[in-house]
Amino acid sequence: MQEKQLPLAALPRLPKAPTGIEGLDEITEGGLPLGRPTLVCGSAGCGKTLMAIEFLVRGVEEFGEPGVLMTFEETADELADNVASLGFDLRQLQADKRLRLDHVHIDRSEIEEAGEYDLDGLFIRLGYAIDSIGAKRVVLDTVEALFSGFDNQAVLRSEIRRLFRWLKDKGVTTIITAERGEGTLTRQGLEEYVSDCVILLDNRVIDQITTRRLRIVKYRGSTHGTNEYPYLISEDGFSVLPVTSLKLEHAVSDEVISSGVPGLDEMFARRGWYRGSSVLLTGTAGTAKTTLAAAFALETCRRGERCLYFAFEESPAQLLRNMRSVGFDLQPYLDQGLLRIDSSRPTLNGLERHLVTLHRVVAEFKPQAVIIDPISNLISVGSISEVRSMLTRMIDFLKINNVTALFTALISNRNGQLEMAEEGVSSLVDTWISVRDLEGIGERNRGLSILKSRGMAHSNQVREFIMTGTGVHLLDVIIGPAGIITGAGRLTQRIQEEAQRVVQQHESDRRDRDLERKRRMLEATITNLRADFETVEDELRRISHEELTRGTALREGRTALTQGLSADYLASQPNTQL
Amino acid sequence: MMEIEEQLLATPLPGPGETWELRLYVAGQTAKSIAALTNLRRYCEQHVPGKYQLEVIDLLQHPQLAEGDQILAIPTVVRKMPEPIRRVIGDLSNEERVLVGLDLRPTHL
Repeated sequence: MQEKQLPLAALPRLPKAPTGIEGLDEITEGGLPLGRPTLVCGSAGCGKTLMAIEFLVRGVEEFGEPGVLMTFEETADELADNVASLGFDLRQLQADKRLRLDHVHIDRSEIEEAGEYDLDGLFIRLGYAIDSIGAKRVVLDTVEALFSGFDNQAVLRSEIRRLFRWLKDKGVTTIITAERGEGTLTRQGLEEYVSDCVILLDNRVIDQITTRRLRIVKYRGSTHGTNEYPYLISEDGFSVLPVTSLKLEHAVSDEVISSGVPGLDEMFARRGWYRGSSVLLTGTAGTAKTTLAAAFALETCRRGERCLYFAFEESPAQLLRNMRSVGFDLQPYLDQGLLRIDSSRPTLNGLERHLVTLHRVVAEFKPQAVIIDPISNLISVGSISEVRSMLTRMIDFLKINNVTALFTALISNRNGQLEMAEEGVSSLVDTWISVRDLEGIGERNRGLSILKSRGMAHSNQVREFIMTGTGVHLLDVIIGPAGIITGAGRLTQRIQEEAQRVVQQHESDRRDRDLERKRRMLEATITNLRADFETVEDELRRISHEELTRGTALREGRTALTQGLSADYLASQPNTQL
Repeated sequence: MMEIEEQLLATPLPGPGETWELRLYVAGQTAKSIAALTNLRRYCEQHVPGKYQLEVIDLLQHPQLAEGDQILAIPTVVRKMPEPIRRVIGDLSNEERVLVGLDLRPTHL
């Protein structure tokens, strides 16, 4: 699985002819052996012919190597029609003299054998076709048909051996297709003759879902991937998916982007998650996973970035309508081309198909964020291990491209068993948010918590959130006697608090009034005291005045008496008073 | 175009459906090719004298002709006329099979 890191050899490596087929060149480490025959075998309908034709067409279009297709089964016209749906225009290539088709018609009933013969005619035809356009690539599809046309097996086998030898001497890179036999790679044992490279295609149906696998049985003189690799035939031709050997070397971004829910952002130390990270959103049914995903999509588009939304449960129209009910209007972004919704049932395709669709759309649309809603549905398409390997590839692929990924996954809270999401995916994702029902007395509420967030501190609280006509709102945490309170409990708590507040208000008012009263009483007392004081003061003044008056009278009286005695003496000292 | 062309026309021209148009494809002057030509000519002279046209095509000289008559094995003799097209491959040493294969029996005899 892991690519071997070969030391830089001084010796020349085996020259290879790149096939141009997506993924195949990676697992063959460069392509098919140059100038040698390669055997592609597989059962009916697994795409041998297609792979061979794509090898030729890519050779012509991408590497400028003309090719010859010698077909023993289908006529040139049939082939051209068959591959036209993949965008291969064989007729045009023929007209341009870059491709040559030769249909070898073998009809047993028309041929009588009378004596010794050889297959020089075939060699001459092929040689002529190769030389006429200077072909570098040749496909023989399916050379086994010869076995039905000729009786003399001994001659045939020696001629086929000679043919492969001859092709090698010609220096053309050849693909020979062959039907798979019982217990052998090919029905006629062609693998005996082609010893350089053998590729096996396998088409298996498990639980009504077809999966295709490719394996390189041998590749003389070269290292190669030895696994079975899923491949598929899509609108763009053949693709092999080798992606499990990721080396975890992708660059990371330090930029943080918002989740689209303000309250959720605040639960992260840096208010959001890293760009290019993968986020898993797990929850039981009806816990607003899709809504949270849509909030993220909306936020992505609001920033002017492109978002790709894979909906495995809802059609785009349904998603739009449903999201409108919580105030998320995705339509304008769809119109602007910032949002793209790709809806399909997971069972529509095999897993590989989904992966390839993702690859293709990501390559084409170049989104900054991808949402897959939900990944748990994919499990209906394959076994857990397959789904896990596919998701690994998917996450790796998105990470390499620095695409922020949000996956939702449905989990069941009934049984205690570990769910796919937990055991399979959680180790792959960077951030894991769990939404769940908080079921209380006669009601359920939605709670949200962060289970992990690589490289960032996060809140440990379970936050209740509600969906309103204006989006998703996280409510403040209310801690009651028995922990965090949600829903009706929250309301009750609030009412109680309100009542308490009113009571307190009353109390406070009362105290104010008391105080006022006391103040007034005090003031009244002060007034009284002051009145008393004034009374006393008056009395005292009166007494002192009387005393003064009496004193004066006495003095006057005494003066009068003294005047009588020495009026002259007193008159000479008028200012002197006693 | 023909390397070796032999047209052995019989004195009275045969009626329609009674001419055997035969083409022998060879690749160079190999033993098998020479044997095939010799044998074929002998059978024709014996069974349909004067009522056949024999054309020998050397594919080494004219490789482009191989495709048209769907030639794989060498030597191959193709009976173009009468219809349907028949092919016999090999050095034609097995007379019986050649006669059956090419149906070299004039109908009026």
